[in-house]
Amino acid sequence: MVERRSVRDLAALLFAGGLAFLLLVIGAQFVFGSAPMLIGQEILKAAPTETGAANIVTAVVLGYRGIDTLGEIAILFTAATAAGLVLGKRRENARRDPDGGFILVASADLLFPLLLVVGFYIILHGHVTPGGGFQGGVILAAAFFIPLLARPGTPVNHGGISLLEGLAGAAFIIIGLVSLYQGHEFLRPMLEKGQLGSLISAGTLPLLYLAVGLKVGAELAGLLAHIADVEAEES
Amino acid sequence: MELLTLLIVFVMLVAAISVLLLRNMIAALAAASVVSLAVSIIFVVLRAPDVAMTEAAVGAGLSSLILALGLRRLGLWRLERGGDNLLLKHRGQDVQEDTDHG
Amino acid sequence: MSLPEPGMTLYAGAIGLIVIGIAGIVISKNLFRILLALVIAEAGANMMLVLAGFRFEAIAPIITGQGMPMVDPVPQAMVLTAIVIGVGIQALALSLIMRVYKAYGTLDMRVLSRRLEQDISNDAGVSPGSSEEEPAGVRPLPSPMGVISKQGADA
Repeated sequence: MVERRSVRDLAALLFAGGLAFLLLVIGAQFVFGSAPMLIGQEILKAAPTETGAANIVTAVVLGYRGIDTLGEIAILFTAATAAGLVLGKRRENARRDPDGGFILVASADLLFPLLLVVGFYIILHGHVTPGGGFQGGVILAAAFFIPLLARPGTPVNHGGISLLEGLAGAAFIIIGLVSLYQGHEFLRPMLEKGQLGSLISAGTLPLLYLAVGLKVGAELAGLLAHIADVEAEES
Repeated sequence: MELLTLLIVFVMLVAAISVLLLRNMIAALAAASVVSLAVSIIFVVLRAPDVAMTEAAVGAGLSSLILALGLRRLGLWRLERGGDNLLLKHRGQDVQEDTDHG
Repeated sequence: MSLPEPGMTLYAGAIGLIVIGIAGIVISKNLFRILLALVIAEAGANMMLVLAGFRFEAIAPIITGQGMPMVDPVPQAMVLTAIVIGVGIQALALSLIMRVYKAYGTLDMRVLSRRLEQDISNDAGVSPGSSEEEPAGVRPLPSPMGVISKQGADA
């Protein structure tokens, strides 16, 4: 290993230059503005009639590539669990931060119902407008974390959060298994399609997104509560 | 539209380089958040509203929140501070900010 | 002066982000700055994916009743997944950084690499810089005089 720091930095810059050259060569073969769209073309033609969703990205995420979404919530679950394991438990009598001032507490209490409404709106309209489970789940996690920021001492029910997360994940898998039981593939969208563009449409797609949104929200809220629970630096 | 794109890409690259060069950790975190925000605006220009919403909520929102929490717990959350006044460290000599102005 | 076309600037921006992120991971001395460089590299990679699916004079892939051509929806679905996975990875990396800080008290890579190597070698029972598979001692080479005289005696 090269000991001198400056030589190592120079080598790193040369490596970065070589990487940039490689990526530019790859990027020069793209023709910007006319994507080949080999699969995308077929999906754009078939998605509205097959799935009934007006938001085609939702149709791809939950309908055509549902297993990828299942893998992704598995990855999130693993990351959140591992982070909780690594951080460990807090000592009982460690010093806590004091509560926030009046402005912080009042605005946190005001923001909580607003964020809940916005989060659920985005989750439930995921198949009609841009949005969906992931965006709404992130907003829900923020909604549950902001009151915890204002009053750092409030006890967090980690068991309840884990229960909600497990139930939502199980609901996702059970919806997929139901279609398997009916004789189709795993995670095939079922139920009737309804009218394109209305709230009750696209079969099981809103239910799947609701499960995903609740799971992501509960997971990230638990993760944030764990990180906020770590003992602060004695400064 | 070309001028807007050029401007946003320029801001994004300047912020990305300043993440590596700034010494204060809070400033580096803010610069990374600016990069995420600029990427989310570019997603809107590229006609991808779903991805733009996700990047804005996650990158400029939740990710910066998690990292800022971590900074606080790591004890790195501090400005350049000496005593009660904010000392401006200007090339080695300490220039004390005048706090007498009312 | 004519401005460069938007395609080239966007590609240069995405590639620049990836390169700055990776160079930052290699160059940085502070563990937290390595994490921030990872965030930048991920944002650049996601932007490059969505860039590959763009079409001129096309609208977002949401059906509104107009019959215009639409942008490719498949890269957008992939990037949606990738962004959320990225935040999970950042949270896990932050927890690891906090544990390292609690155990060693510093975030400087130079100090940390030396102390980590020392701790690992102490746990393995060898001195730092060596490994367990090293031979225990140096074998002495046979002296040439002894071999020749022995063969002469046997023959």
